[in-house]
Amino acid sequence: MTDHNQTPAEGDAPKRKHGASLLQLTDRTKRRNAAETRFKAYGIAAIGVGLLMLVVLVTTIVGKGLGAFQQTFVTLEVALLEDKLDKNGNRDIEDIKKVTTFGYAPIIRAAMETKVETLGIESALKGKDMADILSKDAAATLREYVIANPDQIGQTVEFAFLAQSRVDGYLKGRVTRESIANDKNISAEQLDFVDQLIEAGTVKKTFNLAFILGADASDARPEAAGMGVSMLGSLFMMLVVLALALPIGVAASIYLEEFAPQNWLTDIIEVNISNLAAVPSIVFGILGLAVFINYMHLPTSAPLVGGLVLTLMTLPTIIISTRASLKAVPPSIRDAALGVGASKMQSVFHHVLPLAAPGILTGTIIGLAQALGETAPLLLIGMVGFIASNAPDSIASGLLSPNSAMPAQIYEWAKRADPAFYERAWGGIIILLIFLVTMNTLAVILRRRFERRW
Amino acid sequence: MNDMTVVEKTVETQRTKIAARNVNVYYGDSHAIKDVNVEIEDKTVTAFIGPSGCGKSTFLRCLNRMNDTIGTCRVTGDILLEGEDIYDKRVDPVQLRAQVGMVFQKPNPFPKSIYDNVAYGPRIHGLAKNKAELDEIVEKSLRRGAIWNEVKDRLHSPGTGLSGGQQQRLCIARAVATEPEVLLMDEPCSALDPIATAQVEELIDELRENYSVVIVTHSMQQAARVSQKTAFFHLGNLVEFGPTGQIFTNPEDPRTESYITGRIG
Repeated sequence: MTDHNQTPAEGDAPKRKHGASLLQLTDRTKRRNAAETRFKAYGIAAIGVGLLMLVVLVTTIVGKGLGAFQQTFVTLEVALLEDKLDKNGNRDIEDIKKVTTFGYAPIIRAAMETKVETLGIESALKGKDMADILSKDAAATLREYVIANPDQIGQTVEFAFLAQSRVDGYLKGRVTRESIANDKNISAEQLDFVDQLIEAGTVKKTFNLAFILGADASDARPEAAGMGVSMLGSLFMMLVVLALALPIGVAASIYLEEFAPQNWLTDIIEVNISNLAAVPSIVFGILGLAVFINYMHLPTSAPLVGGLVLTLMTLPTIIISTRASLKAVPPSIRDAALGVGASKMQSVFHHVLPLAAPGILTGTIIGLAQALGETAPLLLIGMVGFIASNAPDSIASGLLSPNSAMPAQIYEWAKRADPAFYERAWGGIIILLIFLVTMNTLAVILRRRFERRW
Repeated sequence: MNDMTVVEKTVETQRTKIAARNVNVYYGDSHAIKDVNVEIEDKTVTAFIGPSGCGKSTFLRCLNRMNDTIGTCRVTGDILLEGEDIYDKRVDPVQLRAQVGMVFQKPNPFPKSIYDNVAYGPRIHGLAKNKAELDEIVEKSLRRGAIWNEVKDRLHSPGTGLSGGQQQRLCIARAVATEPEVLLMDEPCSALDPIATAQVEELIDELRENYSVVIVTHSMQQAARVSQKTAFFHLGNLVEFGPTGQIFTNPEDPRTESYITGRIG
């Protein structure tokens, strides 16, 4: 018996169900195609809107924040007079330290007057008003230099002093002669004077490394504020998060995924972990405030506490992504290991975990990136400390001494009245975004690199 | 190979390796295996045949307690390996699985080198005292798996880079590396092409010299070609068990006959 010997039926071709000819589209097909075209158009429009938002976001951030990376400096030759800075002349560091920043102000004023004289600039301003175009930070900078290099006393040294924020704003176009009508910090005459100095090449706008590496500064000196210390604060927090969330998260996921019996208790735990991932971060903040600070009496504003709070927040993310990557390892690998007589734990640690590792790593990095950008819980535990000091001297003090964190520092700057801080807030966002984009890119690369090796 | 040669296949009775008595398996409420009694002999290939879902794979996985990994699975009755109940409370399934090796339906080499694939079992069971002994075990196992000549020059390249048939023979080599007494094979050729299948079947016939082999298969020709004893499962029951020649030429039960002639399945 075969199916192939049927002769074709004679007579008329049978009436076809789906239209007369394949070459002609039926109404139904046309409607279907039109619906598909419409849907594609919606999709492209949605992507277009998204891209537009992204472009607006990036251009705004870059446009507003890039200025923070440049700062106006005034170059002066300062004569470090021995009779002012070291009256005894024995270069005793204790004696030198006794001279406060007020003692340095006349030296800077003198340097400014000398500069004006050598340049031949005519100005009606008095010496003090001329020196006022410098930052209030200038005297402190000079004092630090002298204390570090006492042998330079008696010499003339060239310095690039920060200009005060109004002058900086003037060079960046933020400050104009109209906008300073009621401003006590600067006068139109001083701006004329600045113009003359710009012409002479004494006032210049250059790249400002201190914004990236420096410490925060008080309200009166926005030009001196930097992200460096809050970056360290964030770094110490991330160390705490990594050290706690990764082992706890991975251990919990491995147990839940590979060992735990499937019953109502594990179901409840599973649901709760998923829910925890959706809990607003401020809730974790107030929990941290209540538990770590009020109950356990850990120091406020400390990166250790910040790290603990962010650990709570990151754990669900890490657990969920770890469980997903463990689930993605094909069961045949587990069977293979059990089949040759490996114990459950051997099969997990020798075979499943190495295969899931890239996924776990990716999840961890994304969790860390999320924690790095988190602000709300840090506000509640007081991690908005004003830290004008430099780097902590040990890891313990880095963890326990008050600090700020990058997003909290940005929030702090955005809150302050002076528009110069506003610019720094945008600049801080650029730094933060560079960190986040780098971490997420790393996660994507890891995922691509090690994806599916079986 | 002509299927009809099974009639002349000589069946020498060997001593019993595994004896199953009144085995019942439940998955939650469903009763997957009903009162199965079977005796699996040493140095013999025993084939389990039957339509899909009849429980043959389930029963096979009971023999090395792989079903333990399924939470809802429950086994009653006795399965004796060399007279010892493998479901006794004192038995550690990990130790059992070292003696009852398993080869799976889909070739599942570890994503490691060929060498490490085979060496893994001996390593975790401490079968080799040093590198030289381990090398020896790996070579012997790969030779038993009839794949040594193909891979001896690339022992350190990944096992997942081999072809499907080679991967399956690697998995067989991996299973024999732990020196098991029984080798369970769950449809080992279902993912292979006819040429690879022929190679694996030939290998199974060779393995009979040293092991008791139990093979689940959907292909009746394969059962006829490689096995000495055949068990026919249907709806969780062991319908008929006997010498392969008899099952295929002169089945006692009408259901066996229907299945073999293609009426049920």
